[in-house]
Amino acid sequence: MNAAPLVALVGNPNAGKSALFNALTGARQKVGNYPGVTVERHSGRLVLEDGRPVELVDLPGAYSLDPGSLDEQVTRNVVMGSQAGERRPDALVVVVDAANLDNHLRFALQLIALGLPVVVALNMVDLAERDGLTLDAYILARELGVKVIPTVAVRRRGLDTLKAEIDRLVSEERAHPVAAADKIDDIVTLQRRARQIAATATVAETPTRRWTHMLDSVALHPVAGPILLVTLLFVMFQAVFAWSETPVSWIEQGFVWLEAQVGAFLPEGWFRSLITDGLIAGVGAVLVFLPLILILFLFILVLEATGYMVRAAFLLDRLMAQVGLSGRAFIPLLSSFACAVPGIMATRTIDDEKDRLTTILIAPLMTCSARLPVYTIIISAFIPDRQVLPFVGLQGLVLLGLYLMGIVGAFVAALLLRRTVTKGASSGFMMEMPKYQWPRLPDVVLGLWSRALIFLKRAGTTIALTTVILWALLSFPKPPEGSGISPVDYSIAGRIASGIEVVVRPIGFNRDIALALVPAMAAREVAVAAIGTVYAIDDTEHEGGQKAMTDKLKRNWSLPTALAFLMWFVFAPQCISTIAVTRRETNGWKWPAFMVGYLFVTAYVMAGITYWLAVFAGL
Amino acid sequence: MAMLSSLETLPRRQPATVAAIDWAQLAVPEARRLRELGFDEGVGVEVLHRATLGGGPIACRIGRMTVALRRRVAASIRVATAV
Repeated sequence: MNAAPLVALVGNPNAGKSALFNALTGARQKVGNYPGVTVERHSGRLVLEDGRPVELVDLPGAYSLDPGSLDEQVTRNVVMGSQAGERRPDALVVVVDAANLDNHLRFALQLIALGLPVVVALNMVDLAERDGLTLDAYILARELGVKVIPTVAVRRRGLDTLKAEIDRLVSEERAHPVAAADKIDDIVTLQRRARQIAATATVAETPTRRWTHMLDSVALHPVAGPILLVTLLFVMFQAVFAWSETPVSWIEQGFVWLEAQVGAFLPEGWFRSLITDGLIAGVGAVLVFLPLILILFLFILVLEATGYMVRAAFLLDRLMAQVGLSGRAFIPLLSSFACAVPGIMATRTIDDEKDRLTTILIAPLMTCSARLPVYTIIISAFIPDRQVLPFVGLQGLVLLGLYLMGIVGAFVAALLLRRTVTKGASSGFMMEMPKYQWPRLPDVVLGLWSRALIFLKRAGTTIALTTVILWALLSFPKPPEGSGISPVDYSIAGRIASGIEVVVRPIGFNRDIALALVPAMAAREVAVAAIGTVYAIDDTEHEGGQKAMTDKLKRNWSLPTALAFLMWFVFAPQCISTIAVTRRETNGWKWPAFMVGYLFVTAYVMAGITYWLAVFAGL
Repeated sequence: MAMLSSLETLPRRQPATVAAIDWAQLAVPEARRLRELGFDEGVGVEVLHRATLGGGPIACRIGRMTVALRRRVAASIRVATAV
């Protein structure tokens, strides 16, 4: 049996391609990767009138067939039939924004010239009409020489007609093999032709985009704009903590209950210890951060979907230019506050290689959500809970300080990197600013769902596995009965830790920290679980919960040690996933190795300075 | 009569047309992206916003699109305004 015909959706960025793709395929979607590159491949199944399936693939948005970025390269290769791991499409659906014809038609003309069967979706016609633009689809079709179907993806308008045309294109026997036009016109000629066609097809036109202009006159205002941006970021970080409190306590209670149930059910012994002390405590310590991550991503997804993110990049370009970056770096860096992995993946939209590399190298310095468990527990154990100013608590201030430390560190690092290893001319900043739009709920929900899945998978695999391995290393061998040696010191992990302790003692770290550093490589949040496991195993009286843990921390750690530990986590590149994604995005081990090296050295030096300053200050 | 100036110094909200672009001032990828965004001789253009006083990027309307540019690039675009 033949495979289902392949039809590709192609078009400029902001043409509403993804909304059209979602409307055509519904829930029948698959997200994968193109082999060798980290560009996501979105495909889905479209069922034709007579029940035959068609595979629909949503290609990354591009401005032309002359690729500027990695994403555009993939789009070009797929439509030319030269992308590894992808068939050449049997037909193309070229998506153009009805309100932006003179620009989008240029790419459409280029695509039509390739000679593949093409249908043009004249998308978002409702918005164009509201903008005072009346278009004649028949004239457009006549000029382009292909069918043109007006669509409104979000209202499902024109979808049946579009489906019928796709049906016709993939069904018709082609008399002669597809031949590309003999000569592809240069971009200037195409652009002029596109403008001319757009003018011919435009029946009436009034000035453009009133709403967007009104909003922009506030959002981009030299004074009001930055104030709005700072307010939005402030609200966002407040919300991350305030809104997550309740769901976090539910998850905590859930795990306490689970531990009690399992504890009562299983007989006393090593197996119970493995399940409760190792698995449940370890995975639970990490899973409580799911609400925080989702709230942060909710903000990022909404800011992106409304079109505000580009405005923020515009406002921050000046600041970023000072350290040799462009405003475009803002989007990946903001995502890195949730997690550096999607942040590093978002650098793909940065055209310039040097800019992109610098952004990747500093992304791990943004305080990701995995550091929060570490910060929270140390702060609640060592920093007194008192008000320094009305509404400003000392604990919150320290947390804010740690965030700022990371940001300042990232800026200094960017400045230094741009003068040394990633030296080169600044690439500049040139970006289309899309219309403001209401975010669509299904798109936001879909985005959040995929983030949640990634996180849960991580908690279920990497984190569960490391906590179990760590539990085993900490529990065996058992010290001889009545010897008085602590079980942790006697275990394999204890012996490994005493080796590491030699290296980290000069910066004030003790055995517990040395022990936690190794599993924290897999994921930072495991550091908390690791220290928890150490105390659970060493514990003879069996107190439980976070209160007990902070008490034990206070007994065993000095304040300078705790501060040095916090400082270490601001800089240390302790996350295998980040290193792996850096390797994938930079095609080799050179840059991830450099990143790990410079961050570890910085972490060691900064933690050391903090420790000794605190000691001399008599803390 | 037409007045010539550059997009960098064009007053806000004053409609103009692109008179010439000094391609030699621009890096190759920059020039390509500028063309792709629709900058070409004879196209209508208008400055909408300037980021901050001195040095920040410029947002301008080109065709029916809004595009952000750095000042250095805007300086290489000559524009003509009707007086």
